[in-house]
Amino acid sequence: MKAFLQSMLSSTKDLLPIVVVIGFFQLFVLQQPLPNLFEIIIGLLMVITGLTFFVFGLEKALFPLGESMANAFARKGSVFWLLMFAFFLGFGTTIAEPALIAVAAKAGDIAATAGAIANNPESIEQYSLGLRISVALSVGLAIVLGVLRILKGWPIQRVIIIGYILVVIMTYFAPKEIIGIAYDSGGVTTSTITVPLVTALGVGLASAIKGRNPMLDGFGLIAFASLLPMIFVMAYGMIY
Amino acid sequence: MDYITDLFSTFIGTVIDVAPIVLILAVFQYGVLKKQVPMLKAKAIGLFYVILGLSLFLLGLEKALFPLGELMATQLTAYEFIASGTDGTIDWTSYYWVYLFAFAIGFSTTIAEPSLLAVAIKANQVSGGAIGLWGLRLSVALGVGVGITLGVYRIVVGDPIHYYIITGYIFVVIQTNFAPKMIIPLAYDSGGVTTSTVTVPLVAALGLGLASTIEGRSPLIDGFGLIAFASLFPIIAVMAYAQITEYLTNKAKSGATKCISN
Repeated sequence: MKAFLQSMLSSTKDLLPIVVVIGFFQLFVLQQPLPNLFEIIIGLLMVITGLTFFVFGLEKALFPLGESMANAFARKGSVFWLLMFAFFLGFGTTIAEPALIAVAAKAGDIAATAGAIANNPESIEQYSLGLRISVALSVGLAIVLGVLRILKGWPIQRVIIIGYILVVIMTYFAPKEIIGIAYDSGGVTTSTITVPLVTALGVGLASAIKGRNPMLDGFGLIAFASLLPMIFVMAYGMIY
Repeated sequence: MDYITDLFSTFIGTVIDVAPIVLILAVFQYGVLKKQVPMLKAKAIGLFYVILGLSLFLLGLEKALFPLGELMATQLTAYEFIASGTDGTIDWTSYYWVYLFAFAIGFSTTIAEPSLLAVAIKANQVSGGAIGLWGLRLSVALGVGVGITLGVYRIVVGDPIHYYIITGYIFVVIQTNFAPKMIIPLAYDSGGVTTSTVTVPLVAALGLGLASTIEGRSPLIDGFGLIAFASLFPIIAVMAYAQITEYLTNKAKSGATKCISN
């Protein structure tokens, strides 16, 4: 109970900056009163309780799950199944991601306005579904690539820099309308539940494999998962 | 009573989001690894906490902060508001409140971002406390704040986005050669974790608001791109944080040896 209260207190601290920012702009810059003060206070209490529960569950479930599976795969020694798991974890968590669904729908509208596809609901829907699948594929492949990197011990900067060069080259050939979305899609793909699981998987693998350092090799999976979608979305824009 | 039904539907929504992840974990755990999950009950309770926590968190944000924040973004970018702060001529400097808001909202939403908190907890454990919870989170938040401000400036002046992003990449590549090795993977990761549940809706409202009020910008094309800035600048900020910490430690050490040799 004491731990819970302490955790509540630190969640309150985490939330305080937003409250100060919104309060300051509302009262001093826009000079308007706060509407529905009661609703806001209830909402804030919910946010604080929610964050507290999330952190508790993180340590109880998501971190140990990711790590115990990484350990089990390392002991089993089957690279094939480990890579399959990595792919499905990336693909499965991304395809249903609400932020991605929203971005893909907007991208469909843009493509239709720009005249890249026919301006009717079916072709827009088809376009955005294709986009979602290609982003999900790219995240799946990104986790596979990241796990391979941990297994082989490649320095992360080499892989990332090659990715950057690809992004730069493709930017010059991709349709102009897709570039903003492609750049954004890197950031939106990794959700709040994927991040802790994938991080625990990476750190768990790097601790279980001899000669790997969890700090140097364990992190970096998320970096791949935010880089590869940019490349895939631009490629999608070029091909479609 | 409204809250209970809202909470229930948000909870169901989160369960549906989490379902594919649980399914994949279960298939591989029982189908491929063929092992029981140790302490299954504790983990099930933990997962329930995660889902309940996220639902409460999202619903609270939707009730309390998002409507106000989104309205604020629209009001701050409205033509009348921008014009009222100047003597009639509007150029990129007239948007000073927008820049300040962009920085402040980027910084403060990042501090509250649950996935960044998760990575910070893990990095703190793995590094044996060498990477502080707050050190990492503050530098990422600073990076997001600066990134979004620059992204907003880009929308105001109308430059092509890739000039900025490519320059940022070149900077990251150069900085990678000088930053302490240990921080590099974590720094690259922090680009991707910064923008999820809290930051994206508010920042998207800001970008769309700006792009629809400035003449010659299309909300569809120019409204995007802020997230890209918010994912690039934290990489630079986290490496800089490690570089500064290393510099200070070295300085303290060499200072100490000087004292001894004297």
